[in-house]
Order: sequence, then C-alpha cells, then structure tokens
Amino acid sequence: MTAVRLPPVLRQHAGDAKQVEASGSTLGEVMTEIVTRHPGLREQLLASDGELHRFVNVYLNGLDVRYLNGLATPIGERDTVIVLPAMAGGS
Amino acid sequence: MPDQLQVREITPAEAQQLIDSGAALIDTREVNEWKAGHLAGATLIPPIEVAGRIEQVVPDHDKPVVIYCAAGARSMRAAIQLAQMGYRDVSSVAGGIGRWKAEGRPWELPSGTPAVATNPRYARHLVMPEVGPEGQGKLAQAKVLFIGAGGLGSPGLLYLAAAGVGTIGIVDFDVVDLSNLQRQVVHAENRIGMKKTASAAMTINALNPDVKVVQHDQMLTDSNVDTLIAGYDLVIDGTDTFETRYWLNDAAVRSATPVVHASVFRFEGQLTVFVPFQGPCYRCLYPTPPPPELAPGCSVAGVLGVVPGVMGLLQATEAVKLILGIGDPLVGRLLIWDALDGTFDELELRRDPNCPACGVGAHASVGDELAAATA
Repeated sequence: MTAVRLPPVLRQHAGDAKQVEASGSTLGEVMTEIVTRHPGLREQLLASDGELHRFVNVYLNGLDVRYLNGLATPIGERDTVIVLPAMAGGS
Repeated sequence: MPDQLQVREITPAEAQQLIDSGAALIDTREVNEWKAGHLAGATLIPPIEVAGRIEQVVPDHDKPVVIYCAAGARSMRAAIQLAQMGYRDVSSVAGGIGRWKAEGRPWELPSGTPAVATNPRYARHLVMPEVGPEGQGKLAQAKVLFIGAGGLGSPGLLYLAAAGVGTIGIVDFDVVDLSNLQRQVVHAENRIGMKKTASAAMTINALNPDVKVVQHDQMLTDSNVDTLIAGYDLVIDGTDTFETRYWLNDAAVRSATPVVHASVFRFEGQLTVFVPFQGPCYRCLYPTPPPPELAPGCSVAGVLGVVPGVMGLLQATEAVKLILGIGDPLVGRLLIWDALDGTFDELELRRDPNCPACGVGAHASVGDELAAATA
C-alpha cells in the first residue's frame, strides 16, 4: 500500500482523512483506486481525459511527478505521495 | 633560542595600561571580524599573515606588543610565533575583544563604515559576522515592497522594520476592519476604518523611525503592477487571490525581481522564493489557477491567526537572507507547514522549460540577458 497525503481542502471528499492508502504499481493505478473508493475526489484530481489537473501538483518522495513519468511513474509501497493544490490565501 | 619564551596572558585592564604606555597593538582576526569593530590604534594582521607581516608593522623586537583576537586562542598562538621570532615582550589579551567589549571598554569601527553600524539599536546584528556593519548597511540600503498589509504582511512588516530595512513599500487599498485583528498585528483597534497603509506606516515608524515607508494606497492590477514594483529590490507576496499572484509573478519575471511567496489555508502554509531565471516562477509551480470552489480564500475558509503570522515571519526571514546574501534561500524548494501536525515538509520545484512566463522563448530578451549575465 502506498500512502497518499491529502491537503485539507480535499479531505472532505475522503471522509475527512488526512491520508489514504491504495495499492498499485504506478501512480495512475494508485490514483484510480483512490478515486474509485472516494468518488468525490475524481473531479478534484483528474481531468476528463484521465490526466492530472494542471492546478494539482503531485509529489513522489518530494519530486513533482511532472518531472518523472506522470501517472505512469512506477511506485513502491514505501513511497510517499503528497497531493498539493495551489492556494492563494494571504490576508 | 631563549630558555623560556616571553609570552604573557594579560587581562583587558593590563592591556589598556600597556597600550597607554606605547605598546604596539595587533588584532589577529579575519577581515570580516575586524569590520564588526576593533580596538582603537590596532593594526589588523590575520593569523595566517602574522609571521610575514609583523616585522613590517613592528620592526623593533624590543618594543612591547599586545595581541588580541576574538576570544584569546589565536592571539596566544600568534604571541608564541612572535616570541620565537625574537620579540622580547609579547602579551596576549585573555578573552580577546569579546571580554574587552563585555567589560564595557571602548572600541571603534573601521573608518568608512555606514552610520547605521554604530547604532546600538542593531547591536545584536552588528556582533554577528554574517550581518555586521556591512550587512546592516545592506539592510539600510534595501528597498522591499510588501503586497498586502494583512495576515502575512503584518509580522513581516514589523520585523523588517525592526531589522532596519531602509525603505519599505506597502501596497494595500483596504481599511482596517475588526475581523482583521485576530491576526493582523500591525494594526490596532483604535484604527478601525483607517487605511491599512497608513495604519501600518504608523506602527512601523513607532517601532523604527529610520524606516522610510512608501504608502501605495491602491489595488494591485495587471495595469499598475509594473509601475508598483519598479525600483524595489525584492517583493514579498502577501496577496489573497490567484489573480494578483499571477499578475505579480509575470511582472516580477519581466523585471527580474525576486518574490518571496507564501500562502495560507486554515492550518497550513506554503513558502518559497521565486528568483526569475535562477529558479522556477509561480507559473512553473502552478501553471493554471484551480476553480474557485477548490481554493476558497481566508474569508470563506477561515485561518488560524498564528498561521499567517508564522508564514509571514518565514517570508521576512527569506527576505533578510536575500538582502544579506547569506544562507540558502528557498529557491526551487517549497516548504509546506502543517500547524496541527507540527511538521514541515520540503518539496523540490523545477523550472518548466515550457513556462509561459519564464520558459525558453517567453520574454526572451530579459531571460537571455540575465542568462548571459549569470553565465
């Protein structure tokens, strides 16, 4: 199982969980399992073509998966995935 | 070779007597330490140069010599070197200039150091070699622009003013509201309804009247952003909307101005430093804004008051590092803080070669010039 950390703004779609776990050999498989289990997350994370939204950054062990292989990036059980959406608050 | 080398360790009081009666005074520290202050009449000879330069400075081997350093170790080694070279009356000051200063004895700064360097307000900066008179002078020369005198801006404005940043510009069109005061500590209850720029300027000048505050009492827009940031060395982004963050980013890339970026949401914060063409820009990090329902502002989602406080202070920290040129700025690194967990995480950011703002081909003239200048 790979642990995927969710930002606060997405937790309501995952039963208020901070972190969800899923299995898969690629990031795409892990994401698919997560959005299947928590359907509310699908449109927040994935575009209609199944790719990651451009406004959602996903980091595998601290590195943006855009610079790896995106959803095709191989993933291991001990890897840490962080989902990070843009936030603008400052006042 | 004499049987016993003539080296004594003396107290600052004994050193004072010897200096008064005409002993040669040698400071054996590094140049950056010397710049933070030295004894009157001393000659600087860094440790590595002692053997080579002492005879030029003190030709007479019979003349008494007093040597000091920061704490007494380097001066003792230098004193032994001198005795071995035949100097007959050499003394090392126990505890060095540190003890000398602690005893309240007089010292001075090298000539030509800025006036700010003698201001006791900055004493805690001046004693550190990483800041010192030179760094304090850089702070006094610095021009920093804050976008927003709100949650992020409040602590940052206070600490940059306290640090002695010479010119602080503030962009804000809003007025102080009671609901701001849960976190916007640069304002006060008796200023509700006052322009935030005026309120912040009041607080800043009460803390440090030396700071020149420039009040830009207007809303940052796509059409005025270039004019607003012109002339500032760096910008601190404490805005509250994606729109203003993208406008600011694009203008900062156009003018190659560094931006210290932070954003907050409820119990979490993000922080990074965008130095155009050296690291990624905001558009490299977030190419497109999320839909509004995914990114509510603080007024809708709420924010724990201390969260912008902490993030604003981390912004001020990065700004001071950039001005002084010390440490590793958060360029190409995103720090994310979870207040409830009490954890910081660091993510690696990279420049996007296809970035519409700073990528290859975008604003090529500015980017190429800079690339050529920094190559």
